[in-house]
Amino acid sequence: MQPLTNRSKLVVKKEMTFIEKLYLPAIFTGMIITFKHLFKKSATIRYPEQKREFSPVYRGLHVLKRDDKGAERCTACGLCAVSCPAEAITMTAAERKKGEENLFREEKYAAKYEINMLRCIFCGLCEEACPKEAIFLTDRIVPSEFERNDFVFGKDKLVEKVDDRVDVTKRQTSAVLDFKQNKKLSHNK
Amino acid sequence: MEDFLFKVILVVALFVVSLLVAMYSTYGERKISAFLQDRIGPNRAGPFGLLQPLADGVKMFMKEEIIPNVSNKALFILGPCIAMTTALMAGVLIPWGGNIELFGKTYSLQVADLNIGVLYIFGVTSMGVYGIMIGGWASNNKYSLMGAIRASAQMISYEIAMGLAIIALIMSTGTMSLKEIADQQDAALANFVYQPLGFLIFLICSFAELNRAPFDMPESESELIGGYHTEYSSMKLGLYLFAEYINMFISSAIIVTFYLGGHHFPFQNEINEALGLSTNLSTALGTVVFFLKIFFFIFLFMWVRWTLPRFRYDQLMRVGWKSLIPLAILNILVTGIVMWMNGKLN
Repeated sequence: MQPLTNRSKLVVKKEMTFIEKLYLPAIFTGMIITFKHLFKKSATIRYPEQKREFSPVYRGLHVLKRDDKGAERCTACGLCAVSCPAEAITMTAAERKKGEENLFREEKYAAKYEINMLRCIFCGLCEEACPKEAIFLTDRIVPSEFERNDFVFGKDKLVEKVDDRVDVTKRQTSAVLDFKQNKKLSHNK
Repeated sequence: MEDFLFKVILVVALFVVSLLVAMYSTYGERKISAFLQDRIGPNRAGPFGLLQPLADGVKMFMKEEIIPNVSNKALFILGPCIAMTTALMAGVLIPWGGNIELFGKTYSLQVADLNIGVLYIFGVTSMGVYGIMIGGWASNNKYSLMGAIRASAQMISYEIAMGLAIIALIMSTGTMSLKEIADQQDAALANFVYQPLGFLIFLICSFAELNRAPFDMPESESELIGGYHTEYSSMKLGLYLFAEYINMFISSAIIVTFYLGGHHFPFQNEINEALGLSTNLSTALGTVVFFLKIFFFIFLFMWVRWTLPRFRYDQLMRVGWKSLIPLAILNILVTGIVMWMNGKLN
């Protein structure tokens, strides 16, 4: 029969020689191998202090973007919730009142917007579905919590702070921009 | 009276040092295992994780104490106590250094110099198996019992080879006092030069006596879920684990005393004279060297643990009964013949 790979070795069951039966040389070789590892660099990344470098398209903790003037972009259309395969997103819409123009970009906004981080599978479909470029996945890690409820992230944790913007340009690779452009065009027709 | 006071202080110091070394052996074990596996190990509690043993101890004390309903309560509590007591008892016979001069009197850094020291050590260390056996039996759990049975079978089998290896040593040194065995190696070469096979057998048997890998059958986490201490929790478990590390420290000290010259080291007198050290300082130097040797053996125990996989039970018994015991007997024979040829037998 033709071997699948060239890596297969013929196993021979032969009697061990006296030296081999002593096992001591083999043990000694093994111990030298482990001893060498004493001086090897460890592969550990000390997480909170050191962070692994993420790929530019890493999909981590979500952010709800504001526009240039600091108004929330989300209009609570619900497309993200519909597209979400894990059904992690819930929201309640509300109408913008007079005098809130600087807070919300359009007449409708999300009064409540919650993502359950335990349900979320970080697929990024919400980001793809969003017509307003309001939700993005970032290269931040969802922090660990002690309580189940604390993993339901509300607007207080999701919406970016006015004075502390989250940079998502790293995720805007040319392929992504192309895709968004096409979507925009078809959407406008 | 002063003598007595000094002995008491020495015993307390010994107790503290044993516990301290055992404590930091747990830290060392975790660090060394980490380094051997290209990891970092504990590094959160204190600088370099140096307070980790304290944190572990606090954790052990705070844990809920569970005594199984079906267990034999008295024996269940007695088990870890025996393990701990016997572990701490052997230390008194080891000569931890030479003499020190205090207030114009000379004291020896050995608590008791019995002329049957070797026998005492064997008696005490073999008592350790009772702690394991009683603990495993009292738990009333089949895994614990299996672990205890394995432990006792293993320890008894390997004690024979160990004793036979020691007989050859006693033949060549002509004494059973640990102090004399250590001091003989000052003038002459260390004993492992004369007894290489005996040294090897003794070392292998020490691994088995300590229940350390590759002879960690009694514990074998993967098959017996911890073996004899499956049912133990809180500080009772802590005592078992602690006793194991104290045993490791003491048996390293015994190996060093028997075969590697104890607190003596090559060119000791020359170095002392060259540096012009007083009695106390040279004793301190000897003790430091003694501890360095002990730490090397503790490192060796850990190094081997993280290198070799566990023996199968039948392999373990085969090595013990069919290899080590015949080899030990051969060692006695060869020692006897060599002594006869050198005219040391009369």
